[in-house]
Amino acid sequence: MSERAVKLEIQNMTKLFKNGDGVKNVNLTVYEGEFLTMLGPSGCGKTTILRAIGGFLDVDQGDILIDGRSIVRLPPEKRPTAMVFQSYNLWSHMTIYDNLAFGLRIRKVPKKEIKERTREMLELVKMSGVEKKYPAQLSGGQQQRVAIARALLLQPSVLLLDEPFSALDAKIRSQMREELKRIQEDLKITVVFVTHDQEEAMAISDRIVVMNKGVFEQVGTPTEVYDRPASRYVASFIGDMNFIEQPDGKVIAVRPEAITLSKGNGGGKWDGTIRTIMVLGHYAEIIVRVGDQNIKVFQPRHISDTFRQNDRVSLTFDKYHVF
Amino acid sequence: MKWLSPRGFYYAVGRRKFIEFIVLSAFLLFFYLPLLNLFMLAFADKYEAPALFPQEWGFKWWDYVLGQKSLVSSIALSFTIAIVSTLVSMCICIPAAYALARFSFPGRKVFFLSFLLSDAFPKMGLYIAIGIIFYKLHLIGTFLGVVIIHILNSIMFMTWIPANAFRSIHRQQEESARDAGAGPFRTFMTVTFPLALPGIIVATLFTFLGSLEEAQGTLLVGFPQYKTMPVEMYGIIMQYATTAGPVFSIILMIPTVIVLFLMRRYLSPDTIANGFKMK
Repeated sequence: MSERAVKLEIQNMTKLFKNGDGVKNVNLTVYEGEFLTMLGPSGCGKTTILRAIGGFLDVDQGDILIDGRSIVRLPPEKRPTAMVFQSYNLWSHMTIYDNLAFGLRIRKVPKKEIKERTREMLELVKMSGVEKKYPAQLSGGQQQRVAIARALLLQPSVLLLDEPFSALDAKIRSQMREELKRIQEDLKITVVFVTHDQEEAMAISDRIVVMNKGVFEQVGTPTEVYDRPASRYVASFIGDMNFIEQPDGKVIAVRPEAITLSKGNGGGKWDGTIRTIMVLGHYAEIIVRVGDQNIKVFQPRHISDTFRQNDRVSLTFDKYHVF
Repeated sequence: MKWLSPRGFYYAVGRRKFIEFIVLSAFLLFFYLPLLNLFMLAFADKYEAPALFPQEWGFKWWDYVLGQKSLVSSIALSFTIAIVSTLVSMCICIPAAYALARFSFPGRKVFFLSFLLSDAFPKMGLYIAIGIIFYKLHLIGTFLGVVIIHILNSIMFMTWIPANAFRSIHRQQEESARDAGAGPFRTFMTVTFPLALPGIIVATLFTFLGSLEEAQGTLLVGFPQYKTMPVEMYGIIMQYATTAGPVFSIILMIPTVIVLFLMRRYLSPDTIANGFKMK
C-alpha cells in the first residue's frame, strides 16, 4: 500500500456538537483510486466526517488535505470534492440538462463541450435521452443516477456519497451498487462512501472504516473486518456471529459458517440438540441448543439434509475469536 | 309547469343535493347581489332610493368620474405607492424571511408571532399612535410616511409566506449548488429564490393588493397631500351622488381582478395554507 499516492488525508480532526455528539481526533488516509466506506449506525459520526470533507461543517480542530493541499478553511464551492446526498439532490425547477450543466457553466466551459460532456455522462450512468425532462418525471433511482452524473461532471478529486441508495428499494439498491462500483473502477476515482448497511459496505469497498459513537473501531479491507474483527462491536455489526458467554467473563465469537456439526455426543463442551432447521436456498440455518444457549450454524444442503430436529450433535469451532 | 314544482325537484335530485342547492343559492345571492347592484348603479344616470331599477340608464357618471382630475391622479398615485411599497417591502422582508427560515436563534418563535401583534389591536388606535410618532419625525403628509404605513401593513404576509416557502426547500438542494461551485449569493439567486418563487409571488400579490386598498393609514398620514383611490372613495361617498360611488368602486376593482387573473396559477389554496404554518 505504501507506494500508492495519498489522495485525502484527515489529520487530528475534531468536530463536536452542542449535544456532545461528534468525532474526536480523527486520523484517516485515503489513497488515490480507493473506494473507502464509513460504516456505522446513525449518529456514529460518519456523516459528520463526510460533511466536514465536503465543507458543509466547520471543524473545531485539525486539518483536511486533498492532494497535499489543506482545504479545511475553504468553502464548499472552492473544494475539489463533489457530494451526492441521500435524496433531494436535484433542483426541481431545472431540466436534467440544466442540472448537469450548472457546475460547468460556472466554470465557463464552452456550450458545445457542455453538451458533449453531459451526453457522455448520461450514457455512463445509463440515462441517455433524459436531458429535457424534469427531476419529478424520473423515479428515485433515476434521480440518484443523474445526481451521480452531475457530481462526476465536476471531475472531483474525491467523490463523496452520503447514503445515496438508502432511500431506494432493495432490488434497485443492489443494482445501483454494482453500477457505482463499475463506474468507479472505469474512471479510477477516489470515493468516500457513507452507509449504515454492512452488506452494501462489504460489497463495494476497498476498505471499510467501522465506526461507533464517534470512534473508529476498525479500519480494514472487507475480508479483514469480517475474518478478524478487532472488537466485539465490529464482530456483531458485520455479518452473523454467535456470542457465547464464558464463566470467566470472556466471550467467544464464532461465525455460523465456521462451525462443523457431527452426529452424537462428542463428550466435549459443545454438545447440544438441534432445535430447528431452516432451509434458505443452497444452505440451511440450523439452531443448536447448547446448555442454555442457542447457537446458529450454517451448513450446505447436502450436510444439513442428513440431520433431523432433536438430533444430538456435537459442535466443532473451526475458527473463533475471544473478546 | 310540473317541472318547476319544488316538490318534484326535491324528489328528483334527492334530499342531500336539494339542501346543497338551497345553501348554494343563498350564498350566491348573498355574495353576488350587492355586486350586481353595484354594476347596475354604475350605469345609471338617475337613481332614487326605494326603486329597484334606476330611472335613467347611461354613462353620465363615468364621464364625470373620469373627468375629475383629482380622481384620475389618485389612481396613478395609488399604483405608484403600491409598486414602491411592495418593492421596498420585498427588499426588507424576503431576507428576513430567509433568516427566520434557515437560522435558529433564541426567541425566533416569539419574533415570528410578533408580526401578528399589529392585527391584534384596532387599526385606527394603532395609526393614531403611529401618527404621533410620525408627526415628531416630520413624516406626516409625506410620500415616505405613506409608504412606511403601507409597508408596516405588509410585513406579516411578506415574512410569513416566504419564510415558509424557504423552509420547505430541502437543504441538500442549496448544498448541492454550493458543491457545484456556486457562491452563497449565486446559490440564493439560482436555486433558493426560484424554488420559493410561488410563495413569494403570493406574498407580493397580497402586499400589492393590500396597498391598493389601504385607506385608514393613508388618510391619517398622507391627507390632504396624498389622496389614493380608497381615500378619494371616502370623499366621493360623502360628496357626490349615489351613483358616482359604484363607478369608482368598479374602477378600483379592475386592477385587483386583472392581477388575480394573471396570477391565478400561483394562488392555490395549498400555497396560501402552507404560508401560514407555524413551525
